[in-house]
Amino acid sequence: MAGLDILSPEGLRLDGRRPHELRKIVFRMGVFKQADGSAYIEMGNTKALATVYGPHEVTSKSKILHDRVLLNCQFSMATFSTGERKKRPKGDRRSTETSLLIRRTFEAAILAQLYPRSQIDIYVQILQADGSNQSACINAATLALIDAGIPMKDYVSACTVSFVNDKPLMDINYLEESFRGPQLSLAVLPKSGNIVMFQMDSRLHVDNLERVLDLAKKGCTDIHALQRQTVHEFSQECLPSLTGN
Amino acid sequence: MLKSKVFVKKTRKGGVMKIVREHYLRDDVWCRVSHCEHCDQSADDENLLDTAPFSPSKICNYPHYLLLDTNVVLHQIDVLEDPVFRNVIILQTVLQEVQHLNSSIYKRIRDMISNKDRKFIVFSNEHHRETYIERGKDEPSNDRNDRAIRTAASWYNKHLKNFQVSNDDEKRIRIVLLTDDKENREKAQKAGIISFTAHEYVESLEGCEGLVDRLAHSSDLGQDQMDDKKGRKFVYPEHLPLTKILSGIKSGKYLQGVFHRSRENYTEAYVFVHDGDKQVFIQSLMRLNRAVNEDIVAVQILPKSQWTCPSSVVTLTVADDDDEEEDENEETELNEGNTNKVLSGKVVGIIKRNWRPYCGVLSKSARPQGTRHLFIAAEKRIPRIAIETRQASALEGQRIVVSIDSWPQTSKYPVGHFVRKLGAIGDKQTENELLLLERDVPHLPFSAAVLKDLPVMPWSITDEDVKSRLDLRHIAVCSIDPPGCTDIDDALHWRMLENGNFEVGVHIADVTHFIKPGTSLDDEAWNRGTTVYLTDKRIDMVPGLLSSDLCSLRSNVDRLAFSCIWQMTPQAEIVSTTFTKSIICSRVSFMYAEAQMRIDDPSQTDEITVSLRHLNQLAKILKAKRIEQGALTLASPEVRFHIDSETHDPVDLQTKELQETNSLVEEFMLLANISVAKKIFQHFPEFAVLRRHPSPPPANYDVLVKAARSKGFDLEVDSAKSLAVSLESAQIPDEPYFNTLLRILATRCMMQAVYFCSGTIKEEDFLHYGLATPIYTHFTSPIRRYSDIMVHRLLAVAIGALDSYPDLLNKNKTQKLCNHLNMRHKMAQYASRDSIDLHCQLFFQNKAIEEEEAFVLFVRKNALQVLIPKYGLEGTVLMSKDSPTEVVFNEEEPSLKVGDVTYRLFDRVLVKINVNTSSTENKFLSFSLMSKKTDHVFIIFATMIRWRGVSNDNSSYTKKSATGSKLKEFGNTDTAATLHENLLSISLVPTLQHFKLPVHFSALYKIIISR
Repeated sequence: MAGLDILSPEGLRLDGRRPHELRKIVFRMGVFKQADGSAYIEMGNTKALATVYGPHEVTSKSKILHDRVLLNCQFSMATFSTGERKKRPKGDRRSTETSLLIRRTFEAAILAQLYPRSQIDIYVQILQADGSNQSACINAATLALIDAGIPMKDYVSACTVSFVNDKPLMDINYLEESFRGPQLSLAVLPKSGNIVMFQMDSRLHVDNLERVLDLAKKGCTDIHALQRQTVHEFSQECLPSLTGN
Repeated sequence: MLKSKVFVKKTRKGGVMKIVREHYLRDDVWCRVSHCEHCDQSADDENLLDTAPFSPSKICNYPHYLLLDTNVVLHQIDVLEDPVFRNVIILQTVLQEVQHLNSSIYKRIRDMISNKDRKFIVFSNEHHRETYIERGKDEPSNDRNDRAIRTAASWYNKHLKNFQVSNDDEKRIRIVLLTDDKENREKAQKAGIISFTAHEYVESLEGCEGLVDRLAHSSDLGQDQMDDKKGRKFVYPEHLPLTKILSGIKSGKYLQGVFHRSRENYTEAYVFVHDGDKQVFIQSLMRLNRAVNEDIVAVQILPKSQWTCPSSVVTLTVADDDDEEEDENEETELNEGNTNKVLSGKVVGIIKRNWRPYCGVLSKSARPQGTRHLFIAAEKRIPRIAIETRQASALEGQRIVVSIDSWPQTSKYPVGHFVRKLGAIGDKQTENELLLLERDVPHLPFSAAVLKDLPVMPWSITDEDVKSRLDLRHIAVCSIDPPGCTDIDDALHWRMLENGNFEVGVHIADVTHFIKPGTSLDDEAWNRGTTVYLTDKRIDMVPGLLSSDLCSLRSNVDRLAFSCIWQMTPQAEIVSTTFTKSIICSRVSFMYAEAQMRIDDPSQTDEITVSLRHLNQLAKILKAKRIEQGALTLASPEVRFHIDSETHDPVDLQTKELQETNSLVEEFMLLANISVAKKIFQHFPEFAVLRRHPSPPPANYDVLVKAARSKGFDLEVDSAKSLAVSLESAQIPDEPYFNTLLRILATRCMMQAVYFCSGTIKEEDFLHYGLATPIYTHFTSPIRRYSDIMVHRLLAVAIGALDSYPDLLNKNKTQKLCNHLNMRHKMAQYASRDSIDLHCQLFFQNKAIEEEEAFVLFVRKNALQVLIPKYGLEGTVLMSKDSPTEVVFNEEEPSLKVGDVTYRLFDRVLVKINVNTSSTENKFLSFSLMSKKTDHVFIIFATMIRWRGVSNDNSSYTKKSATGSKLKEFGNTDTAATLHENLLSISLVPTLQHFKLPVHFSALYKIIISR
């Protein structure tokens, strides 16, 4: 990426955003009827689909947990999601890691004790990848869980922030990701401000951490507002069908 | 929150990948006119366009803002840099194009934009809702960009109309589009945009007549010239278009590489192919095909039958007329018959031009009224440049700067334009500036922002400093430096410990205490990279207050230091090493000779003298150990000038003498550097700034081995150790200088030592070959090297004396810094050697002709390269190729037989040095070589390598007569008859014509250029 200014001296990024701006975000809930809960998200060109099944009986008896629900997460990327067609949609090291990350995140957010000896499945798939994939997945999964009616402590809002030329950059796209700067993916429970996921790639000097963290938190708050709005609108839509008959 | 209103997808195809990028259009990009009420002004910026712009232009006598097309920025940057241009709008489209096409111009335009007085503003039209345009189907991207520029211009016109307070049409601010593209101009005018070419506009500027000369010649003009010259025979082959080149490179048909023209022969060049050690040799102007030094070119390898070999002929000049040219061509063909062929090729296209402004002199055209002249660059590897100027007579005898604009196919020389005047030739100020400019050395005085970061005077050590530092003021510390040194950055101490061991301390000025990261002072030091030592002045890296006062470890004042203290056994085995920040008070600042006297004088038994003696003992042991490990002692005769205190002209010249104390200081500095290198590498395996010196490839030694063999010595070069041993044994009893000569040759076989960031290469490659140590860095001269400042910071963090900061632990930035320092370092060395050249010339100019003993260092086909040990001067002695006396070149030996005298390597010859001042433009040292081989007197007029100047055609005649008289003066050395014969046998004129671009190989320099 030589010769490209990730952030121009005029303060605009390559796609025309300012450093603190999110991309255009679109949420949709209840996109599938078969699944217990589903949601779709577009963060700029990053598009992800999340489906939730459960709570249901544990499929493999050996994994059963007696005090809380078993959370099963699977992250995959559609073969057509990247510029070059992917060979395998899942199972590579990165996908496995992201699956684990999503599981850990939601283990901290779902009220797991309410469903002992049961299982909840979260499937997220990236349909189009353009940076901040993990965050998009978590945001979509949150809405899918809400759609499925699974009790949670709070929304989970996630945002990925990079740090280029002494400036933190919000919600980075693929181009900014490939610049190989430090990357922080952060997921918070917005009401309490508790951090449920903190994933850092590459090195960032500790002096700069605070600035990056602040911006990431702000991004999460903004995303939370959008999520709330989506949920409200969706419930408004659903209201007639619930009460109408 | 989300400012984007419209959402457009931009698709770009590259290879098979389809890349989809978002492109947000905004409504908050504002016009940056200071009084605009329609835009949502973001307050972060003071760089705004004037409310009432003024410009002295005659064709646009109304207030206007300039809007520039890409071609104007690219080609007329020299003109734009003139402060007469203010209130200029640079579009994002233009910036992106410029950045893509020429990064150095991009940097210059960015500099202008950041200069608030210039009022160059950037309008991000690509992200503005109303000025963004989509590329039409089948529309070339150039046309699209031109359309974008016009759209932005129209938008501005409309926008400015919006808030015009008065209805007075005269005062209305308009947009003037400058473009050299005819089509764009026509379309703009059709769309109601006022548009001119850069030429028209600049010519209309009142009071800036000189600017016209600085205009680059637009392509239209070039076209006319081309038509003019249809009949001319000089037509270069066409360059291939870039797409063809790229596909050719992919398929392996062409190779991409950096073009390096030979210094010795202007018709030869090498292309160093990227990713590979291959060099492609290129001979003859047609095959060089308009490539200029340092361009990135595509070459095609010729079929083996057409391979040639580098001629050993030294061709010092670009021939002025075409007859000469034919001679050259014949010669080329001759070379093709030679057996020693190398991989040869020809340039088929230019991938990237790396032109910069060149310094040099104007060679006035023969026609008195002519406006086209030739420019001769100081750098010998740059061809002459044809420029057009009306001020030729004013520029005669001046050093000027010229930029190349283009090199049309039909023009023998590239076409350029005059940029600025430096001053008179031969004026020391001018010549100094020239060499600094040529070497890109930042030499302006420190800016106010930098000076602001200096500590407030009177400065003194605070209690806090005392608390946090080790107080070593009670220890007898002393410093040893060359005479006249004011930036003392190292001091030493020695004392006996109770357990019988010695404590040795090296104390280095604590520059980082004053230069904090992130300050403008730090940035400036970073940029300068190193202090540059010229013969008569020093260009400091840090302001004088620090370099000569606060940081300098002068005697009898308390100074802050960074100390490296060893406990050593008397056998110089290190028991322990500690690093600490400290406070010292140096007792004495010695000069080398003074310290030596103290050591040698048995009557002195004070504390300092005793410790000096012990240090000396230890240093000897350390040195022996180092040599045992295979450290090389290489020679490079260095000269010192005695400078007249009033005129600053050199009055005497002598080679530097080395004393034991030099080596004393050196040994402990080496030891400190090595200790520090180990420490910082251990602490920061990824980010340590280290220095390495790669071992040279065996082929580099060929010349050396051959040379030694000619005297019957076999050098072993397989390891540094064996080389050191065999160099040591190669002594000729009656020729004490022979060994030094060998070492000088050996120096030139070496690679260049470089800084690097430890995380970027394997640990095995850290080796410092010359010093035979596995790891090395620079710690001991923070006042004059930025690398040492970095090392100081790393070490301070490692011992907990400093908190780390982000940039210190950034591998990319560290490596970038290292590359920058390597470049600066090299340039600084070049600059100081240029400075020595300059002073040599000044020195000999003030002297009568001197006769000196010299040694033959290289033998070439038509020249000898000689070294004068007394002055450390090196020069080329040309044999004329037209001479009836046969000049036989034996490549194997190598030797040169002229008549019945044979010249071999290391032969002792007698050389006359004189400065030719027959023309003011034409100052150079020349060697009249008188080869002294027992009974032969042979007089050759020889050129000396150092001075570059112009020689006009007519001036050779004056020289010819001047030479004639000189030859007569020599007459008394031998019988008139012999002399006469020799005179006849050597035709002087062609030799004289070869004065212009001489070879540069100097013995003075430690610099080792890797090839």
